[in-house]
Amino acid sequence: MPSLKPDEVAHLARLARLDLTSDELQSYGAQLDVILSAVARVAEVAADDVPPTTHAVPVVNVTRPDVLRPGLTQEEALSGAPAVVDGRFRVPRILDEE
Amino acid sequence: MGGSLIQLSATQLVEAMSSGETSAVDVATAHLDRIAEVDGTLHAFLHVDRDGALAAAESVDAKRKAGEVVGPLAGVPLALKDVFTTKGVPTTCGSRILEGWRPPYDATVTRRLKAAGVVVLGKTNMDEFAMGSSTENSAFGATRNPWDISRIPGGSSGGSSAAVASFQAPLAIGTDTGGSIRQPAAVTGIVGVKPTYGGVSRYGLVAFSSSLDQGGPFARNVLDAALLHEVMAGHDPLDATSIEAKTPPVVAAARGAMGDIAGLRIGVVKQLQGDGYQPEVHARFTEAVALLEQGGAEIHEISCPAFDYALPAYYLIAPSECSSNLARFDGMRYGLREGDDGQNGVEQVMAMTRAAGFGPEVKRRIMLGTYALSAGYYDAYYGQAQKVRTLIRRDFEAAFESVDALISPTTPTVAFSLGERVDDPVAMYKADLATLPSSLYGGPAMSLPIGLGEAGMPVGIQLMAAVQRDDLVYRVGAALEAQLLSQWGGQLLDQAPALAGAR
Repeated sequence: MPSLKPDEVAHLARLARLDLTSDELQSYGAQLDVILSAVARVAEVAADDVPPTTHAVPVVNVTRPDVLRPGLTQEEALSGAPAVVDGRFRVPRILDEE
Repeated sequence: MGGSLIQLSATQLVEAMSSGETSAVDVATAHLDRIAEVDGTLHAFLHVDRDGALAAAESVDAKRKAGEVVGPLAGVPLALKDVFTTKGVPTTCGSRILEGWRPPYDATVTRRLKAAGVVVLGKTNMDEFAMGSSTENSAFGATRNPWDISRIPGGSSGGSSAAVASFQAPLAIGTDTGGSIRQPAAVTGIVGVKPTYGGVSRYGLVAFSSSLDQGGPFARNVLDAALLHEVMAGHDPLDATSIEAKTPPVVAAARGAMGDIAGLRIGVVKQLQGDGYQPEVHARFTEAVALLEQGGAEIHEISCPAFDYALPAYYLIAPSECSSNLARFDGMRYGLREGDDGQNGVEQVMAMTRAAGFGPEVKRRIMLGTYALSAGYYDAYYGQAQKVRTLIRRDFEAAFESVDALISPTTPTVAFSLGERVDDPVAMYKADLATLPSSLYGGPAMSLPIGLGEAGMPVGIQLMAAVQRDDLVYRVGAALEAQLLSQWGGQLLDQAPALAGAR
C-alpha cells in the first residue's frame, strides 16, 4: 500500500507547478494515499505479455494535404493575454537572480 | 404559446417551423423566457447568449422565407457545454482560470452547429474541466436536478442534462470521458449518447483526457439525439484522432429503417450489476430486459471479467492525461495570471496562477497524474492501467462475437444529494462504475430512461455496441423507447414533479 511522505507530496506539487499551502499539501497527501490504494489493483491482472492500449481507436500516419490556411491574426492571438507589450506576450522574468 | 413550444421535441419544432406555424425567433424567445423563468433555481447555464441566439434564429427565418434549403435542425435551440470554444463568447470550462476568456476561434462542433442553423442559447455549467460526476466541482456553483433540486444533475455535463430535462432547450451537447454524458442523462431522465471515440471532432474541445474525451448529444427522445449526432459528427482534418469514415446511419436506425430488435442478440453484462447497485435500479433494469425480450431480442448473460478493473485503470489514465493537458494553463497566453508583481519569476507566477485558478478536484487529479507518470512509478501505475485497457477491449471484442449489443444499468444509483460525496473522492468516482468500460474501449454507448427508482428519481439503461456501430445503440434505443412510451402513455419527464421555485 503506497504511502506518500510530506516531502514527496511537496515535490509532486512543485513538478505540477502548484503553489499549495501546507494545509493543502497535507489533505491532498492523505487523499492521494486513499486513491492510490484504490487504483493499485491494476497491478493484479495485467501480465507482462499484455500489450498496452494507448488509444481507443488507433489511427496511424495521419497527414493532411499541404495547403495553406489562415491561422489566428496577431490581434486574435493576443486577445486573451493577461499582459501585452509592443504586440507581444509580456511574461515575468524567466531567470532567477543567482 | 411559449409554454407549448418548449414542450415540443426538436423534430416537432422543425415541422412547426417548416410549415410556417411558428418561427425560429419565436422558438428561441420561448426558450430564452423559460431560462429566465427557471434557471435562477437550477443554474444550468453559465452564460446565456440572448443576442447571438436571436440573431441566429433571425437568419434561419430569413433563409426559410427565401425558400433556401436549410439543415434538418435549422432553428432548433441548443445548450452547449462550456468546454467547447465559441468565438467571442465566454468559455470557462467551469474554471476560475478561464473566467472571462473569449476564445478567438470556434470548435469544429460549434462551427458545424452554426452551419446547420442550430441556435446556440448559451453555455452550460460543468464540473471544472469535466472532472466530476455532479457539477459540484464547478467554480461557479453547482447545478440542480430538475426532478429534485436538492439532488445532483449528474456530471460533468450536468448543466446540459438539467437544461434539457427542464425544457430550457430541446437539445444539448455534452462531453463524455468516463460517463459524463450518460450518467447525467440517466439521473435526469433523458437520452444521452457517447459516440464512438473519433466520431465527433475534438478540435476546440478543451482537453481533459485526450484518449477518452468525446462530444455527444442530449435530447428528450432517441430520434432527436440521432439528428444532433449526425450534425455534430464526421471526419475533421483538424483532429488527428478523427475517424476517416462515414458516420454510421444513426438517424435511419432511430427511425427504425435498419429493422427492429427481433432476432438481435443482446448481452447483459454480469459484472455491471449486483453489489453497489440499488434494488430499484436493478428492478427497472430487469423490467427493461423483459421488454427487449418481448420485442423479440435474444437475451444472453455475458461475462467481462476485466470490467472489474475499469475504475482503477480509468482513475490512472484520465488523471495522467489531465496532468499533461492542463500544463497549458500557465497564465502566459490567456486566462488568469497571479503574482505578476515584477519580483516573482515566471515559474513562481505559474505556480501561483495554477494554485489560485484550479479547484480542489483538478489539483487532486493533476497531483495524481503527476505521480502516476513520474519516474519509478510509471510502469506500476500508468503502464499497468494501459494493459488493463487492452484486457477490457478484448472482453468487448469477445462479447461482440456472440452478441450485437451489451446492456447494463447506466448508473449504480439514482441521483444522490448535493454535498453527499464531495469529501469522498472514491465514492464520487463510483458513480461512473458502469460507464467506464466502454469509455476505455472506445465504442458507442447510450443512456435511455427506463423508469423511476429510489425516491422517485429516474433510472437509465446503458446500451453499448462495437466501435463504429453507433447505429445499433440507436436501433435498440428507439425500439425500447417505443415500448416504454406506450407503457407509460407519454414521456418519463411527464412524471416529473412541477419545478419548485419556478415562477
